[in-house]
Amino acid sequence: MGLFNGGKRAIQIGPLEYNKRLSFRLIFFVTLVFLYTPILTLIAFSFNDSRRNIVWRGFTLKYYEKAMDNDSLIQAFTNSMTIALISTIVSVILGAMVAIALWRFRFPGKASLEGAMALPIVIPEICMGVAMLAFFSRVGYPTNMPWPLNLGAITVAHISFSFPFAAMIIRARLANFNREQEEAAKDLGANEWETYRDVVIPYMRPGLLAGGLLAFTLSLDDFVITFFTAGPETVTFPVKVYSMVRFSVTPEINAASTVLIVITIALTVIATLMQNRAKP
Amino acid sequence: MTDNDSAPIISIKNITKRFGAEVVAVDDVDLDIRRGEFFALLGPSGCGKTTLLRMIAGFEVPSAGQILIDGQDMASVPPNRRPVNMVFQSYAVFPHMTVFDNVAYGLKIAGVAGDEIAQRVPEALELVKLGGYGPRKPDQLSGGQRQRVALARALIKRPKVLLLDEPLSALDAKLREAMQLELVHLQETVGITFVIVTHDQQEALSMANRIAVMEDGKVRQLAPPAELYENPNCRFVADFIGKMNLFEGKVSGLDGDRVLIDIEGLGQIPAAVSASNPSEIRGEVGLAVRPEKMRLSGEQPTDGAISLSGVVSEVAYYGDVSFVFLRDSAGRNLSAHMQNASRHGGLPLKVGERLWCSWEPNDGIILTA
Repeated sequence: MGLFNGGKRAIQIGPLEYNKRLSFRLIFFVTLVFLYTPILTLIAFSFNDSRRNIVWRGFTLKYYEKAMDNDSLIQAFTNSMTIALISTIVSVILGAMVAIALWRFRFPGKASLEGAMALPIVIPEICMGVAMLAFFSRVGYPTNMPWPLNLGAITVAHISFSFPFAAMIIRARLANFNREQEEAAKDLGANEWETYRDVVIPYMRPGLLAGGLLAFTLSLDDFVITFFTAGPETVTFPVKVYSMVRFSVTPEINAASTVLIVITIALTVIATLMQNRAKP
Repeated sequence: MTDNDSAPIISIKNITKRFGAEVVAVDDVDLDIRRGEFFALLGPSGCGKTTLLRMIAGFEVPSAGQILIDGQDMASVPPNRRPVNMVFQSYAVFPHMTVFDNVAYGLKIAGVAGDEIAQRVPEALELVKLGGYGPRKPDQLSGGQRQRVALARALIKRPKVLLLDEPLSALDAKLREAMQLELVHLQETVGITFVIVTHDQQEALSMANRIAVMEDGKVRQLAPPAELYENPNCRFVADFIGKMNLFEGKVSGLDGDRVLIDIEGLGQIPAAVSASNPSEIRGEVGLAVRPEKMRLSGEQPTDGAISLSGVVSEVAYYGDVSFVFLRDSAGRNLSAHMQNASRHGGLPLKVGERLWCSWEPNDGIILTA
């Protein structure tokens, strides 16, 4: 009932009421199934009281405790969070600056800069990873520094592929900015800096939030580039999960992944709420 | 009242603005705006009126010339230091601020004390009839209300001149008419010089004390509304302000203080000359007659008016007035306005009917340019 019976009703379906057609409802339903069943299964089996992820044997939280006690997993998790946080902040600042430069000014080589900016987005990650590995070994980036300085190489790599995304989103936001607002602020006595502080940056805020959120998730779940730039001391969460999965998929990994999903969703919700509040 | 009361508040001296090598947006404009007047820059789009206004505000830098505001050269003064404020075409109300914060913004930037702001903002909102709207956000306001916020925000700074860039173009017809009257009253209340840019001649005529008509970056005529309408100095102004019937002809002689013009299909007809020496007018000229000064009749009038006959080609009914379009024997299209003064009667107008169209010699305007 409900989802599939639309076509059989006495009520006629209008030519534009696609959402009431059976075929469209089927496609919609199948899409949902393929999107969310794996994630829901992952979460469900993190509570499964079994060493293998095949049969349901009852509810338990012991794999969460186990994951919490796994020092190297916690270490990887902390590393990931630290890298993501720093990378996000730097990416948003850099991205905003690039976006403003590309939006506000005309200068020689602007088109080339735009192209160069998009490069990290289009280059295959594996190539970026290899390039980063070659670069850091050539530069001789010190590997035996204390935490968190030893995360430097990964963080730099993450910033370099995250900030173009942030810049793109912020620039898209700026494209719709009414320049008369900027002029109005100046007309009312604001100088360049006050104009940015009071008018332009408040307008950019949804873009800054969205860009930051994207940079954060990009950094948090990056595997390929991180794999090439990580040392034995600087394992991130995705790299750690990969090495654990090579032995077996235990509910412990499910538990850790579930925690990550919850964190990501929470951040998204917060960012969306902030964005709605900032909306003009 | 000080000594310089008679000095212009804005002096524009030989201002030129070029964009690139080809485009001349404003071409050697020279005009004075008087203290306390309601001044309009009128012209079709692309005539340079907005560029001129933006140069006064400081958003465009003149390529040549000088702008003085209250005797002070503005060349090196950035927009945020100029004693003028602007109401933008899009109103440019800050969407993330409340109405109160929008209006208070200029005072906050200027470092005005909080309790003075708390006193002056409600006053300014009261002035534009938005009392009590302070806590609202701009997206909760209508277009007309947003414009009032923009007005209050600019006026609260007590500028020497208020600049208005097409302020009424985004409003619907009814609201526009009401706002025209309100702007005039507002200007009388605050006593600040208003400079308005508009492409709408009705708007300029009904609001301004003086109007500068611009075309191709040049000021074609600067005059009070009635003079502009009744004594246009060139074909462009005659045609741009209101509607006009234009007859091309040739000066053939003088008849006292009137000029005789030879016009095809009309013969030699007299036309009054306003100021200049009639004998200076010669050669090809245009004779212009406003449609509302044309009278329509079934028979040829015999009272000495100039008349010609034509066939009705179209009648446009506007309720209060009907526009009657005629085609005369020389193939010219003429228009005459007919007041629908009575509910019944008047001339029974049918397309294809032959009518006489006449006007007093004094109602004809000679255009040499």
